[in-house]
Amino acid sequence: MRLCLEARQLACERDDRPLFGQLDFALGSGDIVQVEGPNGSGKTTLLKILSGQLGDYQGELFWNGVSLRQNRDHFLANLLYLGHAPGVKAGLTALETLAWYQALAGDIPSEDTSLEALAQWGLAGFEDVPAHQLSAGQQRRIALARLLLQPRPLWILDEPFTAIDRNGVALLESLIQAHANAGGCVVVTTHHRLDIARLGRIRLGVTGE
Amino acid sequence: MWAFIQKLRSPKWFYAIGGKCQPWFWAAALGLIALGSVWGLAFAPADYQQGNSFRIIYVHVPTAFLAQSIFVSMAACGLAFMVWKIKLADMAASVMAPIGALMTFVALYSGAVWGVPTWGTWWIWDARLTSMLILLFLYIGVIALRRAFASLEGGARAASVLAMVGVINIPIIKYSVDWWYTLHQPASFTITGRAAMPMAMWAPLLVMVVGFYCFFIALTLTRTRSEILRREGGKRWVRELVEEGADGL
Amino acid sequence: MNRPNEPQRGADAAVVAMLKRDLMLLLRQRGDVINPLVFFALVITLFPIGISPEPALLAVVAPGLLWVAALLAALLSLDGLFRSDFDDGSLEQWLLAPQPTALLCMAKVLAHWLLTGLPLALIAPLLGVMLALPAGSYWALCVSLALGTASLSLIGAIGAALTVGLARGGVLLSLLVLPLYIPVLIFGSGAVSAAVVGSGLAAHLAILGALLAVALMLAPWAIAAALRISING
Repeated sequence: MRLCLEARQLACERDDRPLFGQLDFALGSGDIVQVEGPNGSGKTTLLKILSGQLGDYQGELFWNGVSLRQNRDHFLANLLYLGHAPGVKAGLTALETLAWYQALAGDIPSEDTSLEALAQWGLAGFEDVPAHQLSAGQQRRIALARLLLQPRPLWILDEPFTAIDRNGVALLESLIQAHANAGGCVVVTTHHRLDIARLGRIRLGVTGE
Repeated sequence: MWAFIQKLRSPKWFYAIGGKCQPWFWAAALGLIALGSVWGLAFAPADYQQGNSFRIIYVHVPTAFLAQSIFVSMAACGLAFMVWKIKLADMAASVMAPIGALMTFVALYSGAVWGVPTWGTWWIWDARLTSMLILLFLYIGVIALRRAFASLEGGARAASVLAMVGVINIPIIKYSVDWWYTLHQPASFTITGRAAMPMAMWAPLLVMVVGFYCFFIALTLTRTRSEILRREGGKRWVRELVEEGADGL
Repeated sequence: MNRPNEPQRGADAAVVAMLKRDLMLLLRQRGDVINPLVFFALVITLFPIGISPEPALLAVVAPGLLWVAALLAALLSLDGLFRSDFDDGSLEQWLLAPQPTALLCMAKVLAHWLLTGLPLALIAPLLGVMLALPAGSYWALCVSLALGTASLSLIGAIGAALTVGLARGGVLLSLLVLPLYIPVLIFGSGAVSAAVVGSGLAAHLAILGALLAVALMLAPWAIAAALRISING
């Protein structure tokens, strides 16, 4: 089965101000798409719509051919969304945070895979340190460790390169590439120039008023 | 039914229909309130116990009725907005809230004024006045929550949820306050709690109540129409309307 | 990677994880647990100073004072219920979990009640002694506060969810929530007063239980809806 997120005539206006309109695209296995546009063009809003958080849009979204509104549970079980804020609690350690995310998603928590994922993100030795003692970049790395820990076909990443160093950027790029090669699908916003082959683009705010 | 709901999605349609209806409601409101006032204040017999001071009932009761009905209709609009995403319903709800708060205030104020000749004091923790006071706080909460949101859409949704939560709570609050009052003041005199008002007294009251409801509908129509123009100001039909010479502005 | 993913465990695991996480966080931030209790004790200290130290007078007003002070203390703790989750982005993550949001909201409210409402109910008798509360009404105070604060947490969570995205949500929260607290206050302080005079206690507690049942039924949905509004507000 080929997984697919499809948008038909997708449009959004907030407070009667048109943000973007008439987007048509289909994202499937192996696609990497970068959403581009100047500040305020609605990149985050588009990602919130695509991740099923914001139901306030015109047009239709389909997940595997069924309307997203009816297929929500199946869609959410296949989605990994990372937002602007990393979603890492200051009072919890990296391991506790990851265990919570696994329980929340219905995965069976496993400390070994968590340790492995953290080690790959360079957090070996920081597993049991409360996140408030870590830097912003390290907190972001805890969130990014979920990419290794929770295999989901669809990744929606809002500014994932924020606060991480050059090695982290390279690792994330290689992960995104590997995910697509393995048949996954990635939607990403960033102002960073991605070093990735076969990069699709959705441009916002170019034809706007 | 569904066709009607679909029509309500179009503020343009409501603007036109509302424009046709509102003069009738205004005429009915002003006529009935004038009739009821003259009848109630000059011709209805004085109360054997309270004398002429009871005549404040002709303002107190209609406003108290409206205060509660407006909250219910506001919550109904909120439900329509949340379920069917009818923006018009939210426009109506947003203009109803201040009207409802005003009516609640008038009911409270007239109750307090009435308290002076009956109880000899401006305020008594009477069950009816207490629930009215709580209702006023609920209205203020809805209005304040809507204004606190930066985005129109967010404020609209939050106010709708709060109005629905409030409307479920209103009967609970009302009954618990009544219960609390009877517990603490077993045999006290309530201002409107008596049965068997003679026909000559309640007929003008009925006229006033209907008049006040017409007033509320007329005011809501007028204010919703201006709210439509304000929010849809950028749409083509509004611009055309303004260019045509603004019929009904 | 091409296979669709299915959750391997049900919602119960997620609810338990949520409850455990919140209890752990609250216990690590001990101030959040202790401050409402100190506030409760402080407010109770203010009343004899403001009114009169006369035990006979205090005994008459004690049920009401204890209840009002506990209600304000519970309210004080509510503002933080969703705020830290909202600020660090955890909120949008758990709203996107493939689990019933209302159940997750219940788990959070339960954690909040276990570490604010329940401790308030447990220290209330101590403060009752200081207000010369007549003997025989102490367990009524405990039970009514335990039942009542559960409703207060549920109702208050709706307000907290509605105001979590607002910069100055704290004052607004009290404006939204306090009118809705009135029935609980009436029957809660009524229960204690009834125990003092020795009549009708069961009826009060039954009504408090009924209020809690209604709140349990409806509030989680309202909280979930309000949170969805707030993250996109």
